[in-house]
Amino acid sequence: MANIDSGFLQIGRMDTLAQGKTWLHRLDPRAKLIAVSVFIVTVVSFDKYTLSALIPFFVFPAILVGAGGLPVRFLMARVLMVAPFAFFIGIFNPLLDRQTFFQMGTIAVSGGWISFGSIMIRFVLTITTVLALIALSGFNGVCLAMEKLGAPKPFVVQLLFLYRYLFVLTDEAIRMVRARSLRAFHSKTMGIKTFASLVGHLLLRALDRAQRIHLAMCCRGFDGRVPMIKPMGLDWKAVAFTVGWCGLFILLRFYNLPLKLGALVTGWVG
Amino acid sequence: MSHHIVETQDLHYTYPDGTMGLCGVSFRITHGESVALVGANGAGKSTLLLHLNGFLTATQGGLRIGDYPLTAKNVKAVRRSVGMVFQDPDDQLFMPTVFDDVAFGPLNLGLPEEEVERRVMSALEIVGVPHLKKRAPYKLSGGEKRSVAIASVLSMAPDILVMDEPTSNLDPRSRSRLIQLLKSFEHTKIIATHDLDMALDVCQRTIVLHQGLITADGPTLALFQDEQLLARSGLEKPLRMQGCPVCGEWKERDHGGYRKGAEAGEA
Repeated sequence: MANIDSGFLQIGRMDTLAQGKTWLHRLDPRAKLIAVSVFIVTVVSFDKYTLSALIPFFVFPAILVGAGGLPVRFLMARVLMVAPFAFFIGIFNPLLDRQTFFQMGTIAVSGGWISFGSIMIRFVLTITTVLALIALSGFNGVCLAMEKLGAPKPFVVQLLFLYRYLFVLTDEAIRMVRARSLRAFHSKTMGIKTFASLVGHLLLRALDRAQRIHLAMCCRGFDGRVPMIKPMGLDWKAVAFTVGWCGLFILLRFYNLPLKLGALVTGWVG
Repeated sequence: MSHHIVETQDLHYTYPDGTMGLCGVSFRITHGESVALVGANGAGKSTLLLHLNGFLTATQGGLRIGDYPLTAKNVKAVRRSVGMVFQDPDDQLFMPTVFDDVAFGPLNLGLPEEEVERRVMSALEIVGVPHLKKRAPYKLSGGEKRSVAIASVLSMAPDILVMDEPTSNLDPRSRSRLIQLLKSFEHTKIIATHDLDMALDVCQRTIVLHQGLITADGPTLALFQDEQLLARSGLEKPLRMQGCPVCGEWKERDHGGYRKGAEAGEA
């Protein structure tokens, strides 16, 4: 049966990966979350024509994936699946920004192509890192870390519930779509009328379920708070991990390593 | 004083759209009794169960849980002593992991963490699934989900267990395991079910509901032998009490179905 686990993002497999036993898996999720957040902010904060300064940043996802024993092909396939979003954000840049940026032999490279490349690099960097974070800590681990770091509790609870019922709701939607296709012999596409009715029913079912879940919660003393025992230990390793990586990111932000290396090499050659 | 008594007096309930749910239901269930609530679809079983936890309030009549009448003020205390297991475990297991789910109730009771952990592990051991504690509920099988749902209620140490169709959607092996488990509980049990064979195994007493009214209340075996009563209430004898299709004691029904082995052979 097709479900959310065999489909689009294979979210369920991420949870399986999160049960790994490497030191990166065991590291406090808060340390990973802070490092990844600083990483994303740093990567995004570069000028729109930046290319070379972004390259050293690949070391972070590479180490997360390598040391965490994560399957590279699996993660890359997920990145490619969402790549069209970034592609369409950036693809108009070469048309709008035609000013020649530099000359490569006889080919003039416009600023638009540079900024498009920059967007794609940032996209790959950030998405790979976020996927690695979830595959190392689990979605729930990330949510709990957010809560421990002071994110609003209702927001975190919403995220946890969204994640929990995403699977149930998707299965329900798939069953409805299958039931429709079994009785729609000739039409492969769904008419707007059928689609509207299907979505409407899904919404009503979701509301019904929400009501039943609320009943179940009230039965067990729910009073607006969702209590949890969270065994998290912030040890020196976690602190070193956070401080070390954040320091490196900030250093790389203000110090273009490839440029300096290039200058060093060309200077030395010259 | 006993917390384990459930008593209803002339309970009436009408849904907001005017549908009659219950039309005068009265019974008294005492400490340690195990009672099956049976009836055709729409007989009012689920409506009655929702009253036992204070989710629905009777339009007429009253309900006592333990020594106190159920009112809006003591509904929280009542929910603490009445553990409800829902029909669909996906409704009941809403936390990220099995451990968190079973710990949800005890943590809401304000128990210290060590006590919560002790209760969670003991509840999981009773239902035989301590190894699942770190798993996500959506990855469990139907039988495992049901066991965890029961553990999530047991961890609150309720006096009364209320269950809605506990054996639905279970494979035969999981079903008989669940029956053994239910038989081992000493709580007062109220089980709404269509599985009359399970009722025969687990419950000494049965209440038959039909169109919002109690049509019979008595020893399970005696009621299930009364074919007229069962037919009037839209029910049939438990399969175990019907004839065997192989050795030829199966009665041909007016609505078709199996025929006597010998006749089937001749045909």
